[in-house]
Amino acid sequence: MTIEEIKITLTNKFSGSIIENEELSDKQIEVEGSKWLEIATFMRDDPNLSFDQLECITGVDTGEDATLQSRYNLHSMEYRHKVEVVINHDKKNPKVPSIEQVWRIGDWFERETYDMFGISYEGHRDLRRILCPDDWEGWPLRKDYEGQESYHGIVVPKIKEEDEWE
Amino acid sequence: MGVVQGDQMVLNIGPQHPSTHGVLRLEVMTDGEIVSEIKPHLGYLHRCFEKHSENVTYEQVIPFTDRCDYLASMNSNFGYVVAMEELMEIKVPDRVEYIRIIMGELNRVASHLLALGVYGLDIGAFTPFLYMLRDRERILDMFEYTCGARLLYNYMWVGGVSHDLPKDFEKICFGFLDYFEPQIDEYNNLLTYNKIFVERTADVGVIPADVAISYGVSGPNLRGSGVNWDVRKDESYSIYDRFEFDVPVGDGKFGTLGDCFDRYWVRMLEIKESVKIIRQALKDIPSGDVHQALPKKIRPPKGSVYRRTESPRGDLGYYIISDGSPVPSRVKMRSPAFTALSCLDEVSKGWMISDVIAILGSLDIVLGEIDR
Repeated sequence: MTIEEIKITLTNKFSGSIIENEELSDKQIEVEGSKWLEIATFMRDDPNLSFDQLECITGVDTGEDATLQSRYNLHSMEYRHKVEVVINHDKKNPKVPSIEQVWRIGDWFERETYDMFGISYEGHRDLRRILCPDDWEGWPLRKDYEGQESYHGIVVPKIKEEDEWE
Repeated sequence: MGVVQGDQMVLNIGPQHPSTHGVLRLEVMTDGEIVSEIKPHLGYLHRCFEKHSENVTYEQVIPFTDRCDYLASMNSNFGYVVAMEELMEIKVPDRVEYIRIIMGELNRVASHLLALGVYGLDIGAFTPFLYMLRDRERILDMFEYTCGARLLYNYMWVGGVSHDLPKDFEKICFGFLDYFEPQIDEYNNLLTYNKIFVERTADVGVIPADVAISYGVSGPNLRGSGVNWDVRKDESYSIYDRFEFDVPVGDGKFGTLGDCFDRYWVRMLEIKESVKIIRQALKDIPSGDVHQALPKKIRPPKGSVYRRTESPRGDLGYYIISDGSPVPSRVKMRSPAFTALSCLDEVSKGWMISDVIAILGSLDIVLGEIDR
């Protein structure tokens, strides 16, 4: 299936939840966050789509307009087609349904994105930090992150800002 | 009165333990010696690769990728530059592509040799490890001869490679391959057909194909479960489509399809395929320049790319977002060892503690890449 056909299939099934966005590239589809679990289950189980592999979940802090994104790269082993799903979150309260039980690798990918961006994956059975220590403060990969000064008495070195890349 | 339960014991394996292949802590719940649950605790080697990448230029990310998968640095470099070149839509000279493939495949052989040797060591076979390390050393010598470094190369750059091959590299490499190919039979006689080794690995830790796909297991681990999937063939990148090679798939040689032995055996067969590719590449390599004219500071156009390549551990993906400046806005590494480790809990349930070591070893994880 081409990306257009995938988009039409999804729009027919979930009209209103597939968002038109001019800024996205031709490989991406933006969907409504609140409907994501149903859409994901459909994408995996529908015999024409059959997205059985979740390649990657990438958290993104877009910076200027204060939104966070989760980007899901899906791939079908059967049809060898792929698509990237983009979901926008409100930075004040970023949350999205968890797809941990749809694709099992979602478990760790979501924990990693939660760890780095503080996006809350609702319905995840074991959502805790995975790479940072459990009592770490803040969300390191957000653009406005400021590291804590000390951690259990150890001074945390600051990243030096370098503006002179021009 | 509740139901009388046998005592559950919590056993910590690691963080400093030779068979965790790095700094990994496994919290193992056991009933007697039978494992009921494993909670892996990661992050001991977390060095903020992704955060650092947002503070350096695109070129300066490459040395960081070396340090993620330190057993196959060439392939880590390779994945990043392939993603960058896709983002920038540039084509590199033919000679560069050939050099990259030779280096990538040599590093795959080196990485597999270590994986197989250490796997034998985990299970109690000491000798094969020495034989395999001896031969891996010769590959590292060739890398040193080419670019000066033995483990962390920073060799592949966007648009080129750092040094051209030395003049007599082809001769040395052919010499090595002629020496090396008969050695594979020796490894087989030493380890593969060893009865104790087969007893320890066959039928142990079976990963069915659908479980493997759902857990994102990739590379030799996925092929060990009988799925014919190789990024080099199925989503071909660089010039892999010019070479003839087979994709070895597990077939339950001594037991069930998808057991530890199959994962081991697929790696052994892959070494032979890599040797085939290197021979073809060395034969056809054209002459030419290895540096493409690129500005000192690369500024890719605005946009994003996700590209995965086949590292020795599986699908190594890079997600790169550019905002048009010389500094990346986001670099994400999808690490194959991370996904492979995530299925350990499900696969190990019901096995003995000593089998957990066999299963963990068969997944061939590198903690530098998991923790990044």
